Amino acid sequence: MTRKVVITGLGATTPIGGDVPTMWQNALKGVSGARTLEDEWVAKYELPVHFAARCSTPALDVLSRVEAKRMDPSTQFGVIAAREAWADSGITEIDHDRLAVAFATGIGGVWTLLDAWDTLKEKGPRRVLPMTVPMLMPNGVAAAVSLDLGARAGAHTPVSACASGTEALHLGLDLIRSGKADVVMCGGAEAAIHPMPLAAFSSMQALSRRNDDPERASRPYDLDRDGFVMGEGAGALVLEAEEHALARGARIYGELAGTSVTADAYHITAPDPQGLGATRALKAAMFDGRIQAEDVVHVNAHATSTPVGDKPEYTALRAALGNHVDNVAVSATKSQMGHLLGASGAVEAVLTVLAVHERKAPVTINLENQDPEIPLDVVTSARALPAGDIVALSNSFGFGGHNAVVAIRSV
Amino acid sequence: MASNEEILAGLAEIVNEETGLAPEAVELDKSFTEDLDIDSISMMTIVVNAEEKFGVRIPDEEVKNLKTVGDAVDFISSAQA
Repeated sequence: MTRKVVITGLGATTPIGGDVPTMWQNALKGVSGARTLEDEWVAKYELPVHFAARCSTPALDVLSRVEAKRMDPSTQFGVIAAREAWADSGITEIDHDRLAVAFATGIGGVWTLLDAWDTLKEKGPRRVLPMTVPMLMPNGVAAAVSLDLGARAGAHTPVSACASGTEALHLGLDLIRSGKADVVMCGGAEAAIHPMPLAAFSSMQALSRRNDDPERASRPYDLDRDGFVMGEGAGALVLEAEEHALARGARIYGELAGTSVTADAYHITAPDPQGLGATRALKAAMFDGRIQAEDVVHVNAHATSTPVGDKPEYTALRAALGNHVDNVAVSATKSQMGHLLGASGAVEAVLTVLAVHERKAPVTINLENQDPEIPLDVVTSARALPAGDIVALSNSFGFGGHNAVVAIRSV
Repeated sequence: MASNEEILAGLAEIVNEETGLAPEAVELDKSFTEDLDIDSISMMTIVVNAEEKFGVRIPDEEVKNLKTVGDAVDFISSAQA
């Protein structure tokens, strides 16, 4: 008998809200978190992209100065989201040996790494601070969350580029089902709005260059989409064995019914044009959760707004759901908050859980001329989801050919 | 050349910046580890910041001898002489 895993706590800090209630309100309203970057380095390095979607609440408004000093910005966001999710779960007493962490990142401590390199060049090795290593390591966020919560059943960091946050939930589900933990703090965090990643993503033609209109730059499924908008932030979800949650009378948002991870083995960055890896991931997550296509009412799509990425996901959805895909309300929330890279899967999972729990699908903005090759039923104004037993899916795909899917079922 | 009082005040500022401890808590007879709860990583950060602030060099092998705030003030004072 497989252990059932439920979600009992949610946390987030994002470009459209520094906590879950604010993010959710904005996600239903349809706002953009993208803004022109005022930093001097945009002009200094002649970056081709002049905008991004920063967190709406700076980490230093939440954390103490001393606390923040020992954390890379990505870890700061992760700890903020994890604390909100933990408080939201209402867990007060727990066997800490049965509490694990699965907290992902796509890049890790990129600010710390590059700042330390600048310091070495400008001031010499003596000035490279001793906290540099624990701050730059990609597992820094999982380690900080584990320290913060006293989680001793392992602290893991799945790294699969933009699929990382979703893969954290895949791992978390496995940790509980296999009996290695009763509760897992899952999530993803990213803070890469730094000139180097902006230059690097630009050079691969991945970023939108709509510099004169940042708020309308992220436009998944629109004919005029020209790339993604760099975002930052973190999302966190408390996964709990159902019997553990019931024993303490917890408020249950939904069931993490199924997850999956597949690899394209097709190209290092380009998605398989037939979406075969994504199709296998969708089918595997549905099989894992004993889900029929007809059960699915909502999809939070990966949909980054790149010319090449959005269509194969549609192909995969049609392959996995058949013609039922025409009845599914699809939301592309990166239109609002940009692409949070390794955090995106976690934040979108939070939105998907809320969609199931609140029976409302969040909004896709900037869809003016829908690409006729992607005939999905895209949610452009907040829409009610049906009553009864429902399932929603959230997809994430990452450079490297990573595909990850989570399925959330109503309780 | 800074006086011992100035060195103490400067160190207290650095310790406050690194750990959040109130500058008044940084007194000459306080042990960095026992009283101020400063770990080895914070200690190295404080040392490097003190080097920059007072224009001295505190060799790594000397750091373990700086047990109290007073030890650090004395070392910096003599290194400046």
